[in-house]
Amino acid sequence: MRTTSPTQDFVRGIWKENPVLVQMLGLCPALAVTNSVANALAMSGATFFVMSCSSVLISTCKRFIPHEVRISAYILVIATFVTLADMLLQAYAPAQHKELGAFIALIVVNCMILGRQETFSSKNNPFRSLLDAVGTGIGFTIALVMMGGFREILGTGSFLGVSLFGPNFEPWVIMVLPAGGFLTLGFILLAMGVIEQRKKAKAETVTEGLS
Amino acid sequence: MSDQSLFSIFFSAMVVNNFTLAMFLGLCPFMGVSARVETGLRMGLANIFVLVLTAISAWFLNTYILEQAPYLRIISFIIVIASLVQIVEMAVKKLSPVLFRQLGIFLPLMTTNCAILGLAIFQTNRGYGFLQGVTFAVGAGLGLTLALVLMASIRESVEFSDVPGIAKGTGLVLIIAGTLSMAFMGFAGLL
Amino acid sequence: MNQENNNQDRIDVDIKVENSETDGTQDAPAPQEVSTFRLVATLAIAGVLAGLLIVLVNLHTKPIIDKYKAEQLQLAVYEVLPGVEQYDTYYLVNDELSASLPDGAKESEFKRVYVGRDGNGDVSGVAISRGESGFQDVIMVIFGFDPFTGKLSGMKILDSKETPGLGDKIFKDMNFVDQFFAGPETPMVGVKIGAGKGQPNEIDMITGATISSKAVIQIINNALAEWKPILDKGIPQAPAKAVSAEETP
Repeated sequence: MRTTSPTQDFVRGIWKENPVLVQMLGLCPALAVTNSVANALAMSGATFFVMSCSSVLISTCKRFIPHEVRISAYILVIATFVTLADMLLQAYAPAQHKELGAFIALIVVNCMILGRQETFSSKNNPFRSLLDAVGTGIGFTIALVMMGGFREILGTGSFLGVSLFGPNFEPWVIMVLPAGGFLTLGFILLAMGVIEQRKKAKAETVTEGLS
Repeated sequence: MSDQSLFSIFFSAMVVNNFTLAMFLGLCPFMGVSARVETGLRMGLANIFVLVLTAISAWFLNTYILEQAPYLRIISFIIVIASLVQIVEMAVKKLSPVLFRQLGIFLPLMTTNCAILGLAIFQTNRGYGFLQGVTFAVGAGLGLTLALVLMASIRESVEFSDVPGIAKGTGLVLIIAGTLSMAFMGFAGLL
Repeated sequence: MNQENNNQDRIDVDIKVENSETDGTQDAPAPQEVSTFRLVATLAIAGVLAGLLIVLVNLHTKPIIDKYKAEQLQLAVYEVLPGVEQYDTYYLVNDELSASLPDGAKESEFKRVYVGRDGNGDVSGVAISRGESGFQDVIMVIFGFDPFTGKLSGMKILDSKETPGLGDKIFKDMNFVDQFFAGPETPMVGVKIGAGKGQPNEIDMITGATISSKAVIQIINNALAEWKPILDKGIPQAPAKAVSAEETP
């Protein structure tokens, strides 16, 4: 039985076990659609919708899903919600749908969603599963918006289409190109590694000081 | 039917719009399997095989079945891909147990490989015919293999270099990937 | 392992994939309390429910999506055929222009042109869309021209993934775009700015984005070359129903 509290289930996915930055899941969308903050938000929103609905539904029906076919069942559920998200996005936000293109359909193979179902939703009640999904979704959004912001500000000088630096800013175009995606995530990971190392060093000096 | 020529489709998928370095597809194996050149090569070849089969199946589905129900596309694609991967896994297990063990978990993980589903979707969106689709798959697969092998070669050399502690691991792989992607940008405009 | 699974329908095949993925080297099957029938039935029911849900949402969203697509196309056609009152779509059926498709044919399989007519029902322009490789990826262009003189009346980039800041000037740089609205003669020739001889078919290319510019020019030239023999055979009279500018919802 799970011994974590509901709050822990929720908060865990936001930073400590951030799906993109720590667990390295869902990289394809994280790199592909983060060339602008608007796209990052749209992708996060769609993924959030799919993951929350899937988690709740699978958690509710977990008793009916035999162990042997569980992954196929999860994929079926996820694919259904992705199809729905695709249709709804195309109807109500056609411009965003065009920008995201094929990557909406690729939410189906986002290891992050499947992973949550396998490790959590299939073993917990719907409310907890929802918390877990929302927490992970928020973590995903944070990671994507961070990357999107970084790339858009440096690559076009604007944030959400609003120009920040005025017309004299020479944009670092590579940031909105594929190479920029790799570099951005790489540098963010490096930065996080540095922070982790500093934290560890600090903790060590504290314990040394105490002993 | 799209107006693009076969050569343009092939070259574009393999080099100019390389599936991994430009389109961000197939990243899980890229990060995971690219430590050794030989494994990378074999993974790439397995991918080409699955990709071609997927292209054919996707064309088949699109032409004959999905006409009536285009909204069932995503579900039917993923089911077909899962089945194909299963078949390939069984075939590899029988024909080359060594390879099977080497690829380990990455073989069944091809089901969730963005590249395979991505190929089916792109092929549909661009309206490729049968031959165009297969060419696209071969080009994409070769591109994937190329990226894998390049990354593996670099990583093998990097192992002997003096890399600062924090940079080791995924951060470094991503930065190498970024540099490779920049290098491949040089191919743009060749067509 | 379960050899019988090989004979069952493909959904069962998935079972093996995921078992090997998550169970790793475990080969012995779990105790068989769950019958194969139950496995198949569960997935089948799930599949049917999923299908129903999708069909429902599709019924709701499809009209919205179709309307939007039709509107976008209309806007594009009227933009490249300025002054046109209405337009009809003609499909290329057996090397001839036809206002209707053969029975049961799929619309997307056929190439088409959009014939604009003035208030009297006479042909006053033709719009064609075409996509070919640019610098980065395929560029989709729609352009309008006078079928009697071959001069262009306008051009619009429908889809482009060209390099931001450079190639994307093919739709952001109005100096470039406006040239296509100034009635250049065809086939067009791209020239570097300042190097032109003032010929009526010259288009100044964008500095730093010559390949993208050339691609746009080439796309239009190729489309014209492809359609000229067909259009020269004559454009049929207006069919009974035509799309009118005033009818835009």
